[in-house]
Parts: sequence; structure tokens; C-alpha cells
Amino acid sequence: MQTTSAILIDGLVYASWIFLVSVGLTLIFGVLRILNLAHGSLYAIGAYMGAWLVVRFFQPGMPLWLSIVLLLFGALLVGAVMGPLVERLLLRRTYGRDEVLQLLVTYALFLILGDLTKLIWGVNPYYAYLPYSLMGNVTIGKIPYPRYDGVLIVAAIVVGLGLWAIVNRTRFGKFMVAVIRDREISTTLGINVPLVCTAAFTIGTTLAAIGGALTAPTISVVPGIDVTVIVLSFAVVVIGGLGSLEGAALGSIIVGLARASAVHLFPDLDLVAIYLVMAVVLIFKPQGLFGRVEAKRI
Amino acid sequence: MSAPILEAVDLSKRFGAVVACDAISVGFAAGELVGMVGPNGAGKTTFVNVITGYVTPDSGHIRYRGEELVGLTPRSAVERGIARSFQHPQLYDNLSVLENALIALSIKRGEQRSMWAQLKRRAALDEAVALLERFALTEALETEVAQLPEGRRKVLDIALSFALEPAVLLLDEPTSGVSAQEKFALMDTVIDVLAKTETTVLFIEHDMEVVEKYAQRLLAFVDGQIIADGRSADVLADQRVRELVLGVVDAS
Amino acid sequence: MATLVRTDRARADVGQLRRLGGVALLVAILAVVGLVLASWMQFLLTVSLAESLAVLGVALLMRAGLVSFGQGLFYAAGGYAVAYGMRLLGLHEALLLLALGIVVSALVAAAVGPLICRYRQIFFAMISLAFSMVLYSVLLKFNGITGGSDGMQVPAATILGLHVADRVLPAAYYDLTIVCFGIALYAVSAYMASPLGYLARAVRDNEIRLEYLGASVQSVTYRTYVLAAALTGLGGGLTALAVGHVSPTLAYWTTSGEFIFAALLGGTSSALAPVVGTVVFESINSYASAYFPNIWEMVLGIVMLAIILLLPRGLWTLYEIAARRWSR
Repeated sequence: MQTTSAILIDGLVYASWIFLVSVGLTLIFGVLRILNLAHGSLYAIGAYMGAWLVVRFFQPGMPLWLSIVLLLFGALLVGAVMGPLVERLLLRRTYGRDEVLQLLVTYALFLILGDLTKLIWGVNPYYAYLPYSLMGNVTIGKIPYPRYDGVLIVAAIVVGLGLWAIVNRTRFGKFMVAVIRDREISTTLGINVPLVCTAAFTIGTTLAAIGGALTAPTISVVPGIDVTVIVLSFAVVVIGGLGSLEGAALGSIIVGLARASAVHLFPDLDLVAIYLVMAVVLIFKPQGLFGRVEAKRI
Repeated sequence: MSAPILEAVDLSKRFGAVVACDAISVGFAAGELVGMVGPNGAGKTTFVNVITGYVTPDSGHIRYRGEELVGLTPRSAVERGIARSFQHPQLYDNLSVLENALIALSIKRGEQRSMWAQLKRRAALDEAVALLERFALTEALETEVAQLPEGRRKVLDIALSFALEPAVLLLDEPTSGVSAQEKFALMDTVIDVLAKTETTVLFIEHDMEVVEKYAQRLLAFVDGQIIADGRSADVLADQRVRELVLGVVDAS
Repeated sequence: MATLVRTDRARADVGQLRRLGGVALLVAILAVVGLVLASWMQFLLTVSLAESLAVLGVALLMRAGLVSFGQGLFYAAGGYAVAYGMRLLGLHEALLLLALGIVVSALVAAAVGPLICRYRQIFFAMISLAFSMVLYSVLLKFNGITGGSDGMQVPAATILGLHVADRVLPAAYYDLTIVCFGIALYAVSAYMASPLGYLARAVRDNEIRLEYLGASVQSVTYRTYVLAAALTGLGGGLTALAVGHVSPTLAYWTTSGEFIFAALLGGTSSALAPVVGTVVFESINSYASAYFPNIWEMVLGIVMLAIILLLPRGLWTLYEIAARRWSR
């Protein structure tokens, strides 16, 4: 019983974390038709920036909310600078070319950003644990859970609802959906597709950075966190269906629960469990749970 | 009419609200040369797609020499002797004209699993050149197919399907995208080759000059139904066909 | 035009002999070169040629339009098969161990192939990545059996039943590698000229046409996938023997990324192009990681961008241009 509640709570926390990152990945894919392998690098840069700001400016005794503001500020900065930069300077040159070629371009970007991160922040770990430890624990069914995990859950819900509102309630959201559905028709309808692409990429990048920044206090920020997260968010978006926001949400919950179950029941098999779930989903729904089948017209 | 080689019975296919095939029943005798006309969206290409297994019908039957074809893939239709060409030629753009022909012929010979034989061995090359000669395609053997003019691409597309020696060949708008001067030459070449081999030919065509000259029998499609079926001259004279297909408003 | 056809036909039938002669010549040259090379360069070449078999595997899939971001799966399968063959099966003959590596890799590919070959493009890339990462985490987590992140030692093997003295072992492994490499290169170039090899290129160009010619796209991709895995497994086995050690890194996705990089660098239009790419890559790698380790990956990334955007068919393009000039 205790294991079950632990799995559910851990699964939820984990799902929130991976949702923040993977929803950006799927948004970018939906609009730009590019699977960004460097998405994890932007998560890592967000984590470094957040951790650095907290280590540098936040001291015990300051109000707790300030640390969260610092983290979010770092993430927004990363998103606002890196998003337009990468999209305008690099990705724009590859539009309309082979999908796989675009994938390789983002792989090259992943390699470049990895070393860039090390050059800026070094290879020694950053510990920005203050907000995490200051918040303390809450006990649910005799097991203590860190309160900070609540921040991740709240952030995921806010991001999820925010995106839902943007997509369904704003003009920009309608444009974005139109571009996701059919790029050519959107162009003929007079939608400024390049601008939508830049905006969507920037939003997606910012979400990755937020995911990284908010995670920073719970981990030691070291080189290599980019790989872990991209490999996992890939599983999420494949399960949910590439390009589908609802899919990213459901995929995150599935992956979160799968991982939490594995961690509690078969501790060595977390990655294997996630990919097993992915394989099963793919056997029955090759396009993912919310994926669309695109028939080629002849 | 003798027992049809290919027959559609009550064939229906909807795409959302659009009825692309509305309970079509029609049969074709061996060796017939049949034109198919109709406005855009009348269901001609869908009919071809359904017959060849690219699209599964919602209901109805397709019988080929008495055998049910519904549920089979394009590949199994091809294996049974039904081939097609495409409105937009489907070719191997990064390979040469000769290599395209070699590939089609090697599949026909059943070599698609062979990894030790050479594709370009002498006998195979001779056969490929002979095929391309029949369709007057030998002037650009080594040219990458992507560089070929549209008219040549159309002919090559048909030649690849013809290489399979099909009993039934469906041509989807063979002359669209071909210049007015070229279209008769193209059709003469193609029809001449196909007539010699007694292939049953169904072709979709928008150009009424081409239809009148080549089709022995004509089907007129409107809204997923065949509204007229008979000798070309009769169908073209039909009141509804003139109105709905040719867009002629008769003064009466 | 008529002469063109005739020369092409004349070329066709001598192709197989020329191929055999060319490969034999290359192996002979490599053997002579091996005699004069400094030992560290000989070792570098051994590892490069072994790795080039994995890169050839990646290149074969690329010709079919499939980018495998998980070729490390088979590289590790081949390597660990050699290690376990020694440890568990008591095999010590290099040729048997390599055969085991090939068979294990091919069997893994035969098992996951039906699922993975349904996918194309990004999906193929990422699902192949996923499978290799599963093996990576299994190798990493089950320390008791796999040695965890330290991996396992691979002791010296016998070659054709002969125990080779430690002093000459690197040279013996070099010769073993170039012979295996020669055989594999011959097989690959035969495949490229075969109907199956052309059908793989046809898959990349137009699957619909292939099905409408009566060929099975799935069968073509599946066969190519298994062949690529067998090659990569041989490469992994040779690497394990030459390096004397296997570790989970063999299955890590960045290992697969390096294969892709080398294949892009060389190009995929001939059997030799990916090999050239690998040797160039490994040479730069050994310099760069010694002299500027901190920005090595960044340099890789920038070079990769330059190739993708400026020289999409790889270094081999340069050779093709030169060859055209020469023949004029």
C-alpha cells in the first residue's frame, strides 16, 4: 500500500518534470517538423544558468520565492536568447530539406552546445540545493516527501494549462495549429509562417530551460544531464505521438509511472521499463497514442 | 462479352463526407482499351487506387480472373498481373533511366533478394535496353531521372509498369503535363506496345482529343458513380456526359 | 550514345573480377604499410579499420534512407559476444569468436528488425537509438555479470590455433583485421552492385513505386538491416580483440553518433568512402583529444554542420570531381 502511494507520488513528480521538457520538444516538432536532439542541451543550459544564479545571488534568510524567481528568470533568459538565435541562424537554413538531415544538424548542435556549456560553467558540479532543503518535507503516509517537488508539479500544471489556453484561446495559437496541420495552406492563408516557427521554437526552448532550471536544486548539475533528458523525452513524445501536446501530457504520465514503478520494484531497470512501454505502444499504435497517420498522396 | 478478366462489384469508398466510389459495378474484358473521363474529384484515381490495393474499399468486391482482390496490397495485385502508372510519375529520381529499368526487370525476374548477383550484368543490360527501345527512351540511358523532362518521365513510368508484363495496366492521366505536340506521339508509342501484347488497358484522361482517338470504350465518372459506359462516340454524345463532364450547355 | 551502352555492358561483366582484384590489392597494400608503420599508428589503423565496418553498416542503411542512431547496439553485441565467448564458452580462437560476434549481432537484428523496419526517417533513427540505450543501461546496471561501467577485459586470443607472443600480438591483430576488413569490403561492394543493393537505394527514393513493381519494401530494409548489423558486429568483435577490453560505451548513443559522423564525412556513394571517412575521423580524433580535449566535440559539431550544409555527399565528392577531371 505504501509502495503504491509512493509509486503514484513519485510517478507524478517525475511526470511533471519530464512533461516540462518533452512538451517543448513536441511543440517544436509539430510546428517546425524538426526533432531537436539539442533540446536536452537547452535543458542543461537552463539548469546551469538557474543553478549559477541561485548559487551566486541567493542566501539563506532571503525569502524563498526569490529563489524560484531567480530560477525562472535564468530559464527565460536562456530561452529568449538561444531560441531565436538557433532558429534564425541555423534551423532556418534547413527548412524543406530531408528530415534526417535536419536531425543530424541538431545532433551537431548538441555536440557544439555540450562543449560550450563546459567552457562557460566548467566540468565541476553546481549544487543549488538551498531552495530544495529550505522548503523541507511533507509526510504522506509515514513517508517524507520534499515540498520542493510540489513546485515541479505546479509548474507542469501551469505550463500545461497555459499552452492549452494559448492554443485554444489566442490568435497566435490558432496560427500555430494551422501551421502544425498544414504548412503550405497556412502560407497561402497569409499566416507569417517563419515568425510562427521562431516563436514556437523559442517557446519550446524556454520550456526546456524552465525544466532544467527548476530541476537544478534537486540534482547536482554536471555535464551529461542533457543526454539523460533527451533520451527520456524522446520516449515520451514517441509514446504520445510526435507533435501532439495532449500526447506529451499522457506520455509523461505513462513514462513517469513506469519509471516510478521500476525504481520501487526493479531498481536497475528504469530505462529498460520505459523503453519496454514504448515498444509495446509502438507495436499497437505505430504513430503513438495521439499521432496522426500521414498518407502519401499519389 | 466473355467472362470479364477484372470486375468491380458494388465498390464503395468514402473519405469523410466525400463519396469517392459510390457502389460502382463494372467489368472489363481481356484486351480492352478503356478510357475513363470525369471532372476532378469524380473518383477516377480512387477507383484505380482501390483496384490496385492502395486504398481499401469500405464495401464491395474486386474480382480478378474470379479471385477476390479486396484486402490485398499493391504488391499482391502486381504479382497477379495488375500494374499501374501514375499521374505524377513515381520513379527512382536519383538513379539513371537505365537503372530504373534494370530494377523493374530484376524484380520481374524475382531477384529482389539476391545480394551476390550483379544488377548490371550483360544479359540484364540487354533486356533493359530492349525495354527502353520499345518506348523510345534510349537517348538518355545514363541520365539521372530527376533531370528528365516531364514527358519522358511519364513514358518511363509507364515503361516500368509495362516491364512487369501485366495482363491489366491502369494508366493515370498518361498525357497530363505533356506538351500538346508530344501527347499523340506518346500515346501512339504506348498504345502500340500495349496492343501488341494484348494488355487490357484502362486509362484516365482529361484530354478529349486523346480519348476520342484511343479509347474503344469509355466510362464517365461523376460523383463517384459511372454515369455512362459504352462506345466512346456514344458516351461522348450522351446528354449528361456533355453537361457534367464536358461542361457543354446544350441549347434546348 | 551507342558506344556508351557498349562500354557500360563491357564494364558490367568484368565488375566482379575487378572488385576482387581491387580488394586484394588494397589488403596487400595495407599489409605492406603495416610493416613500416610505427606501432601506435598501426594500432590506430587497426581500430579505425575495425570501426569502419560499423560505419559501413551505418552507410548501407543510409543508402536505404535509414539513419541508425543506434548502431552501437550491434557494435556492443559483437564486442561483448567476443568477451563472453572467451569467458563463458571457453572459446579462444579469434576466428570463432568473430563468427560468434557476427551471429549474435545478426540474431539481435533479426529479432528487433521486424519492429524497427516498419519505421522511417526520424522514427527509425530514434527507435534504433532507444534499443541501443536499453542495451547500454543493461550493461551498465548489471555489474555482477557485465562488469558495469568498467566493462570486461578481453585476453589475447589464438589466431588459426596459434598462440601469438604478446610482443607481436598487435601486428597479428592488425593482419587479422585487414583480412576480415577485406572480406567484408568485398561483400559490401558486391551487395552495392546487386539487385538488393539497388533496391535499397530505390527504397530511399520511392517506396510506393517499389511496392507497385511487386517488391517488398519491408523485405529489402530488413535484409539490409541484418546485413548492416552483421558488419557492425564483426567490427565490434575486432575492436574488442584489438583493444583488449569492452565497455558499455560501445552501445552508447554518441558512439553511434560517431559512426554517423564518419559515414557523412566520407560519403556513402562507394564502399570505400565510409572507410576513408572513418580513418580521417579517427586520425583527427586522436590528435584533437590530445591537444584540445575541451572543445573537441564542438569542433566535431562545426565540421559536421559544414559537411551537411556544404558537402552533403561527403569527402568522396572531392574524389569524384578529381576523377572526372582526370578522365577528361
